[in-house]
Amino acid sequence: MNGVHDLGGMHGMGPIRHEKNEPVFHERWEGRMYAINRALGAWHKWNLDAWRHDIELLPPSDYLRMSYYEKWLAAMENRVVKYGLVTKEEWESGKPAANSTKATPAFSSAQADVLTRGIPSSKDPSVVPLFRVGELVRARNINPEGHTRLPRYARGKTGEIVRDHGVYAFPDSNAQFRGEKRQHVYSVRFRARELWGEAASPRDSVHLDMWDDYLEHA
Amino acid sequence: MKTSRRDFLAAAGAVAAEGQLRGQDSTHDHEHQAVPSDPTLRVKALESLLVEKGLVDPAALDALIDTYEHKVGPRNGAKVVARAWTDPDYKARLLSDAGPAIAEMGLGSAAGEHMVVVENAPKVHNLVVCTLCSCYPWTVLGLPPVWYKSTAYRSRAVIDPRGVLREFGLELPEDVEVRVWDSTAELRYLVLPERPAGTGALSEAELAELVTRDAMVGVAKVAVPAAGGKP
Repeated sequence: MNGVHDLGGMHGMGPIRHEKNEPVFHERWEGRMYAINRALGAWHKWNLDAWRHDIELLPPSDYLRMSYYEKWLAAMENRVVKYGLVTKEEWESGKPAANSTKATPAFSSAQADVLTRGIPSSKDPSVVPLFRVGELVRARNINPEGHTRLPRYARGKTGEIVRDHGVYAFPDSNAQFRGEKRQHVYSVRFRARELWGEAASPRDSVHLDMWDDYLEHA
Repeated sequence: MKTSRRDFLAAAGAVAAEGQLRGQDSTHDHEHQAVPSDPTLRVKALESLLVEKGLVDPAALDALIDTYEHKVGPRNGAKVVARAWTDPDYKARLLSDAGPAIAEMGLGSAAGEHMVVVENAPKVHNLVVCTLCSCYPWTVLGLPPVWYKSTAYRSRAVIDPRGVLREFGLELPEDVEVRVWDSTAELRYLVLPERPAGTGALSEAELAELVTRDAMVGVAKVAVPAAGGKP
């Protein structure tokens, strides 16, 4: 979707505030929120692409105003009902329904040392790459209303494939639970001048990771 | 009387507002905050319902927070960088296929993040961003700092990387090529900074001490240690 989350190239967002000796969590609730999110992920009610899209669906003014973990919280408040972890009635009352049976948590303390969930990828030779390293490609000019990982600033621009990263689920379909549609992802190098015009340095470049379905032969 | 979650939050909000009228503006002092903030109440309400339903185990939440506050962080990435500076074979493995090379250091796992390490050189500077959300190499750097997640950084790193670097105090000459990596897929990027001159006598552990998070994101260089070789 062409949302405010797609920030690349925008102006007017102010100075970058660098905090010395920044704590991992600024407030206790941020840590709780982080952990609740990880623990609920273990129920596998959503995938990472759908998770990201839930945050993109926050009202634009909220998205720009809220801190990172406030966005997590607002999206999770919607998500727990949307994906049926709790009923609307339970959410409103703050209490489990009288007839509900208590579940056993899907995420245990023993799993807390496993740092990342791990996004499946593969070198599956049955998934044929549509492009080769060294080839010139153009990012397709698409404007899907759902989730996509093709930023606006690269659409219609020409770049060069510099690396084949292997096979990954396609976010645009995966976020909607319409299948993983696994395909190759490449590192594509765009010259800064191709993206931003003559004012950019002739030496500089921006690399984006792009799925087959985002690309066409240039 | 049945109290709904909304009533509970509304009542807490009213108490907070009253406190502010009396001049106890809680935002002035986070350490001695008399009234819990709105997110504090909302996260409490969320956690309480989830725990009562058996959907999350509060002890597991404690353990997760402990992991990210104490066990993960940029020191992990710094060890990888120091090894690459001192062991050319390791560096070659790291640059060609970073995942297994990072796992060699006891970090991450085969099922961890898909890592790519990009190398700085005298005429090449790399900078990492995620314009669409805030993707960041958690295994080697921990959770990202606020500035990395800010709209300011995410919007400008791709269109004006040299301006962003200048804001961090790093002025790059025109003849240095800047390569920006926008983390749009499930690959996570770590910058291998240049080893500062004059560090030949330092051990791998001492070198790791010099490596900062900012240098591994690409918004800084690794500083030359003061005379004597120690940071």
